[in-house]
Amino acid sequence: MSTVVKTVNLVKIYQDGAVPVPAVRGVDLQVEPGEFVAIMGPSGSGKSTLVHMLGGLDTRTSGEIWLDGKRVDTLSESAWALLRRKRIGFVFQFFNLVANMTVGDNVELPALLSGASPKVARERRESLLAALNLTDRAEAAPAQLSGGEQQRVALARALANEPSLLLADEPTGNLDSRNTRDVLRLLGEVHKEGQTIVMVTHDARVASLADRLVSLFDGEIVDDGRIARRRTRTAGEVIDLR
Amino acid sequence: MRPHLLALLAKEPAHGYELKQALEQTFGSAYPSPNIGQIYVTLGRLEKDGLIRVVDVEQSNRPNKKVYYLTAKGREVLEAWVDEPTEGPRVRDEFFMKLVLAPLTGIADRMALISRQRRHYLSLMSDLNDILARTPDTDRVAMLLIEGAMLHLQADLDWLERCQEDLA
Ligand SMILES: Nc1ncnc2c1ncn2[C@@H]1O[C@H](COP(=O)(O)OP(=O)(O)OP(=O)(O)O)[C@@H](O)[C@H]1O
Ligand SMILES: [Mg+2]
Repeated sequence: MSTVVKTVNLVKIYQDGAVPVPAVRGVDLQVEPGEFVAIMGPSGSGKSTLVHMLGGLDTRTSGEIWLDGKRVDTLSESAWALLRRKRIGFVFQFFNLVANMTVGDNVELPALLSGASPKVARERRESLLAALNLTDRAEAAPAQLSGGEQQRVALARALANEPSLLLADEPTGNLDSRNTRDVLRLLGEVHKEGQTIVMVTHDARVASLADRLVSLFDGEIVDDGRIARRRTRTAGEVIDLR
Repeated sequence: MRPHLLALLAKEPAHGYELKQALEQTFGSAYPSPNIGQIYVTLGRLEKDGLIRVVDVEQSNRPNKKVYYLTAKGREVLEAWVDEPTEGPRVRDEFFMKLVLAPLTGIADRMALISRQRRHYLSLMSDLNDILARTPDTDRVAMLLIEGAMLHLQADLDWLERCQEDLA
């Protein structure tokens, strides 16, 4: 299998304001199949901009983006849309659910769009909603849901087409600890099944599920390394009770 | 371990092995498996300080059992321990010292130190995640302990980010 994501000297400069804002400044990143990469960094360091470009939601200023071995930064908008439908799941920092569709349909639609049979799409919807404790809310409209619930729907939707790449921007920003647990469990499971994940997060619990941490600062990668796993012990051995 | 044993003895007199069992039952996996030798050493010191006293209880067909009980002075010490405010965790002093001093020496730059420390915290967090996943829901005490440690780590990571913004 080929490298899932590769960027070469990727640059994004926003030029819509009075002064150009360099948001991403020469990022070289490579993600292998099955890897779970967490991206951390201060506010404004370019995390959202980077993952938006990886998902084709924002255009690059210069540099290259490759997905599954194919160059994609040169694709047209419609070609990107097709690629996203088939191969990319995206969880936005601010949900972006389809407002006039039920929660259940929001999750089912991407599976249908990616070419799954109605039966498979329905099964996928049921299992994802159950895994995120949302079965009861399936017939509700997104606006009737809490922030945390909407965020979980967004994650379910992103996974519905069984994407080769899951891109997520702060997928647990609005969750309390119980809901974070559901999300963590689901992420752990899909990762174990081989899902490639690139995720922006401030949440240390979520980031600690990753194999690798990329730290951004001022639009540049300042650190890229593995998160060590040790032999697990008991709480009493790890936490010092005085 | 001194106040822990005093608290258990305030509930009821007990012998050494019962105290070990009580610690295990009360804390679940949150307590590093208490060592019986260490319990006896601590009991000896508490007795010497007059905080507990010991009586020999005769047993048929077996050597006498030493049963410990709390003295009035012991109860006072225990109450004082419960009443005094508990010191909160402070900034990781050692890392802080490294962070401030390292650039002066030219041995390491701050960005590298912060990055390495961040990955270290995440690997501690991943330890805690695994432990939490293996902790049965019934072990409430251990769950709370782990969740507390996770929140502290999250704060440490947020603080690293502040350091990065300010110093780097
Ligand atoms: N549409 C836009 N037009 C102009 N500047 C933008 C735009 N989007 C982002 N920026 C700027 O680009 C920089 C990087 O923003 P980005 O949203 O990628 O940061 P981030 O790391 O995701 O931050 P946060 O943690 O707050 O979400 C910031 O300085 C931001 O102000
Ligand atoms: Mg962002």
